[in-house]
Amino acid sequence: MTTPSSGSVSTGSVSTGTVSSVPSTSRLTRAAGDTANFVDERTSIGAFTKFMARKLFPDHWSFMLGEIALYSFIVLLLSGVILTAFFVPSMDQVTYDGGLAQLHGAEMSKAFESTIHMSFDVPGGLLMRQIHHWAALIFTASIVTHMARIFFTGAFRKPREINWLVGFTLMIMSLAAGFTGYSLPDDVLSGNGLRIIDGVILSIPIIGQYISYGLFGAQFPGDVLIPRMFTAHILLIPGIILALVALHLFLVFMQKHTQHPGGGRTDKNVVGLPLFPVYTAKAGGFFFVVFGAIALLGAAFQINPVWNYGPYDPSPVSAGTQPDWYMLFIDGGLRIMPGLFEVVIGGYTLSLNVLIPAVVLPGLFFGFLALYPWIEKWATGDRGEKHVLDRPRNAPVRTGLGVAIITFYVVLVLEGSNDIVANVFHLSINDLTIMFRILVFALPVAAFMITKRIAMGLQRKDRELVLHGEETGRIVRFESGEYIEVHEPISEQERWVLVSYANLKPQEIGPEANEHGVRRKGARWRRFKAALSRFYFEDRVEPVTPAEVAEAHAHHAAEIEAKKNAEPYDAASSHV
Amino acid sequence: MSTDDGSAASAAHEEGVVDGEFVDPGIPSEHRPRRADKDPKAARKAEIQAAAMFGISVVGTVIAIWAYSTGKVGGNDPGAVQRTTMLMGVGIALAMFGIGTGAIHWAKTLMRDHDMVEERHQLRSSDEARAGAIQMLKDGAKDSGVGVGRRGLLKGSLITALLIAPLSVLVPAVGNLGGDWKVSQFKHTMWRKGMRLTKDPDGTPIKAADVTIGSVFHVIPDGLNDLKTGKLEEKAKAIVLLIRMDPRVLNVQPGREDWSFDGIIAYSKVCTHVGCPVALYEQQTHHLLCPCHQSTFDVANGAKVIFGPAKRPLPQLPIMVDSEGYIVAKDDFNEPIGPSFWGRLK
Repeated sequence: MTTPSSGSVSTGSVSTGTVSSVPSTSRLTRAAGDTANFVDERTSIGAFTKFMARKLFPDHWSFMLGEIALYSFIVLLLSGVILTAFFVPSMDQVTYDGGLAQLHGAEMSKAFESTIHMSFDVPGGLLMRQIHHWAALIFTASIVTHMARIFFTGAFRKPREINWLVGFTLMIMSLAAGFTGYSLPDDVLSGNGLRIIDGVILSIPIIGQYISYGLFGAQFPGDVLIPRMFTAHILLIPGIILALVALHLFLVFMQKHTQHPGGGRTDKNVVGLPLFPVYTAKAGGFFFVVFGAIALLGAAFQINPVWNYGPYDPSPVSAGTQPDWYMLFIDGGLRIMPGLFEVVIGGYTLSLNVLIPAVVLPGLFFGFLALYPWIEKWATGDRGEKHVLDRPRNAPVRTGLGVAIITFYVVLVLEGSNDIVANVFHLSINDLTIMFRILVFALPVAAFMITKRIAMGLQRKDRELVLHGEETGRIVRFESGEYIEVHEPISEQERWVLVSYANLKPQEIGPEANEHGVRRKGARWRRFKAALSRFYFEDRVEPVTPAEVAEAHAHHAAEIEAKKNAEPYDAASSHV
Repeated sequence: MSTDDGSAASAAHEEGVVDGEFVDPGIPSEHRPRRADKDPKAARKAEIQAAAMFGISVVGTVIAIWAYSTGKVGGNDPGAVQRTTMLMGVGIALAMFGIGTGAIHWAKTLMRDHDMVEERHQLRSSDEARAGAIQMLKDGAKDSGVGVGRRGLLKGSLITALLIAPLSVLVPAVGNLGGDWKVSQFKHTMWRKGMRLTKDPDGTPIKAADVTIGSVFHVIPDGLNDLKTGKLEEKAKAIVLLIRMDPRVLNVQPGREDWSFDGIIAYSKVCTHVGCPVALYEQQTHHLLCPCHQSTFDVANGAKVIFGPAKRPLPQLPIMVDSEGYIVAKDDFNEPIGPSFWGRLK
């Protein structure tokens, strides 16, 4: 047996005879080495591998949320490619003569017909559709939860503001991908969803009717929308998502992962396990687990049975239908708004009852989210790199704002399902909507205040732990007859987690005028930042200092000493 | 004893304090060994477990392929489709879970799990690198002649051209999107004087005598089904609900005295909110409810909005009865149907 020589210097001394006698594993190793050499001499992949292979990642369950998003996106790509082999993106009308008896003779678009065909006549086609749809729901859900993790732990702070924006854009893209995909089968449910979108577009002042006409290529529904959405859904949007995912991950590697606070974990290092082999196995394995979970959902739980809804026709509609979960908050906004906001100005109709909930409100909501890293930066005035995450309790105002946003969102989602809620709980749908009209303002404010208080309460509990130690459950009786519970000091490691957070204070605002009495520029902006800073940091629980610990102990010792010498047992006064 | 506790505690707390500040105690030195770290038997067991999970994956693949090749499909037997879906899905799920759980088990039991530390480097480039970059840009600008303050005309005209050039592609592209751009079509439907109201979807005409009190007909214009093009577009605008109620209950709106016939009244079925079909009629209250966003219209009072996000009443289609007793339209709607838009009244 002869092995072709690679021609490289290192193999020059090895004779052909020797090579033929070594075990096959060594031949494999050599082949791998030759291939690596071939690639490296053309790409310098060696340096790249050196940079990547042992990169450290900290371990925490919440760091897997973004992974779920990435892996469900891969499942979307795989299942989506299979679906494109059977889907016909055409709105040409045909009369159904396929195998499904309940649709015989029905008029439908080729898009709907091909969806039915791939579901019932292609083995595994329905499975792929269901896997694709479940993966889409998990994709959007994991992006949102991942974003919440980033928000609540402050992982968006310097240097990660750009990556927050990249992730934010990915979130918007996932909604666009979801909506365009949801609408492709051209069933009556998604068709009514498109009709609603058309109504929303029409409400845009001045150009709304032209945007609508341009989008549908004619009047609604037209015959070009599905081919156009198809291109967006399988090419444009996934292309943008892929590019942004690459950028997102590049920045994660470049900036190294954040880590939770703990001994030895600083803003200047990263403590964890290496990409190869630990995370190759764990994260790679997790991809297969996510894939398996989605496959199981697709196998066992029916989703979007379009043959039950029927093909799109502008006339029928069914009660109690819902869009996919990520669109519910817009639908809830549309439902909650009273109609009286529609006005006519100079003969032109301004449909604020649609514009506000469906355009202005999402705009403000998403705008606030996108800009949040800067809003908080105005308040902190902090310029340093932050790689150690915040425990949410140590940022009570941020945590409160986050919970308020989620509460606002949840109220709109519930209002988006108000007919179902009303049905299940036997409530009047009108009363429910009126109640939500109040709650949509009241609950977020309440949620903010309560969350902030809870966070500060937890901070105080942490202070107690540091100052007085942990309750041991050990009861000791004094000579005086009094019982106390012994507190055990917490370990240095535990204590460091509880005391090592930044004690941020409201920013001082400089004098309004300089020494010559001339007003400094930007005074209004500085006053705004100072007010914002007070909003964030006026109420705060400061971390324990060693002096406080020493004082607490001195106090304890004195107390204990006093009790030792106390008066004889007196049931009434010594009751603790 | 308790005093001992206290003094021991304060002694312990002095550790980790420097200059009156707590200091980082560093990475915990103790590492809790796993069973497989200490016991070769446990390590061997973990190895076998991981291998078994990989084995399950192979079994899953076999199940998926078997389900594919034996599964029956075809719309006549939805149960068979369901079984194939289930079996193939479970097969794929096992194939994936097996690999995933095996790899994770391997990582968690057998791979070295000692925390390692890597230093971070400030992301900011060094001052030299920055200075170098600026110098290069300056040199380049100088070579181009822009950096020395001349070439204003060149700069200005290039930027202008760059800003305007995309229009050469965008204007035709956007211009083509809307086809004929006849947005005025939003304001009219195919209803004409004398056009019969017919049942949706089959298109049979409706006699006034067939419309009993309390009944509702979903209506399309006569001839809609014969349209060769634009059928759905016309249908989306022209759908109507025909309702007969007790003439004593019906409050005919001023100026519309002859738009209804003996308690038979017709309204556009397209919601004035965002355009869903207003399909739910409550006979007792004579309310029409849009199932999408719950705008509620009072049929007895000109279909005025009594609840929900819509502002305007549903447009009314004027109707009469022709010589053969069929219900026909008197005219098109006198206002644009459906959702509001900027120029709807112009």
